[in-house]
Amino acid sequence: MIRVVLPAHLKTLINQHREVVLDVAGPVTQRSLLDALESQYPVLNGTIRDPTTQRRRPFIRFFACELDLSHASPDDVLPDEVVSGAEQFFVVGAMAGG
Amino acid sequence: MGSVRVLVGTRKGAFILSADGTRKSWDVQGPFFEGWEMYHLKGSPIDPNRIYASQSTGWFGQIIQRSDDGGASWAPVGNGFKYDGVPGTHQWYDGTPHPWEFARVWHLEPSLTDPDTVLAGVEDAALFKSTDGGENWSELSGLRGHGSGPHWQPGAGGMCLHTITVSPKDPNRIFAAISAAGAFRSDDAGSTWRPINRGLRSEGIPDEAAEVGHCVHRIALHPSNPDVLYMQKHWDVMRSNDAGESWFEVSGNLPSDFGFVIDVHAHEPETIYVVPITSDAVHFPPEGKLRVYRSRSGGNEWEPLGKGLPQSHCYVNVLRDAMAVDGLDECGIYFGTTGGQVYASNDAGDSWEAIVHDLPAVLSVEVQTLA
Repeated sequence: MIRVVLPAHLKTLINQHREVVLDVAGPVTQRSLLDALESQYPVLNGTIRDPTTQRRRPFIRFFACELDLSHASPDDVLPDEVVSGAEQFFVVGAMAGG
Repeated sequence: MGSVRVLVGTRKGAFILSADGTRKSWDVQGPFFEGWEMYHLKGSPIDPNRIYASQSTGWFGQIIQRSDDGGASWAPVGNGFKYDGVPGTHQWYDGTPHPWEFARVWHLEPSLTDPDTVLAGVEDAALFKSTDGGENWSELSGLRGHGSGPHWQPGAGGMCLHTITVSPKDPNRIFAAISAAGAFRSDDAGSTWRPINRGLRSEGIPDEAAEVGHCVHRIALHPSNPDVLYMQKHWDVMRSNDAGESWFEVSGNLPSDFGFVIDVHAHEPETIYVVPITSDAVHFPPEGKLRVYRSRSGGNEWEPLGKGLPQSHCYVNVLRDAMAVDGLDECGIYFGTTGGQVYASNDAGDSWEAIVHDLPAVLSVEVQTLA
């Protein structure tokens, strides 16, 4: 059971204001996690990853276990705490102020 | 008597404003899609319950929403805006080639005959079409590919295709406008295109009368006479009597001929409306007075309309898609401001009242005239 926290805009989009719980088959990586997320909520296609290149959108960050995983390979296995559900996987919209 | 439904897109959500035919008492619903930029919402002319909406942010990209019940409920449809073939390049701000990159949908234009068919004008400038209610999109690539595309350059707001107008008398004839490339016309339902900018002069480009490179802000026409086009250009209010083959200036006595919106009275093809803005450097009304200007002669002679509008200390802007007219017997005019007001006139512009005062900055205003 993978626990994913989405930014407010995406929570609004899927009408789900709590964490999202996913079942991910096979090795749990950014790619497999996001594939499962988009499969469960098709409206998220293109909102986290570019729909053509599948690369992380520029203003999106991935945090977990107090680590910034944004620049890790999408095929790296995620930390055990995320895989076990002990820790959440955060999809974050980069901060902008002014 | 009929009724009206005003669709308002803002920087932080969408709103739906409804009134009966008197247009004196308004019901305000929203925000829909709160926190998202709603560049444009527009209803099908033949099925008013069908409304399309462009929802986006720089963070999370583009979503298209569709309502089949007049805006009471919404469902996301397709957001696969993929340029046809190898996208190629256009000019970047510094004159270097820059790859075409999809950013957002600026304008949605539902078909005049089929509620499932809709055109989308996007940034970087291109035209897309859906024939299944927005589920799937394909590019009408003859526009970008007609030859001048590699020479197009973005304006300050991006290189957006912001105006799409289909001739009611010939559905194969489509007009499109791009900042800062100019106006274009197709006579074969969007397969092939050519620039229609003869007569435009723009001081901001090396050749003032170039075939492309003009910063057109908005084009409007009257359904009864679609060969007559009105244009608010970056500077200059222009008119064409021959479907864009040639243009001439009709700025006349306007206090400034810079502006963004232009629209035509629903029942008087020669009555047009603009909102003068001070200049390209100063995006608020001259003298801090918000005034719509009306010409009853198709241009050149203009009268200010300020009754009910703020006549001091007003420093808002009115963006290109933020004016619309209804089709009731006494034509209603609507416009929204970057200050979050939506103003309505139920007497063709003679007097105005704010429907709402404090929305987020208004990006677009459309109105549906309901039976």
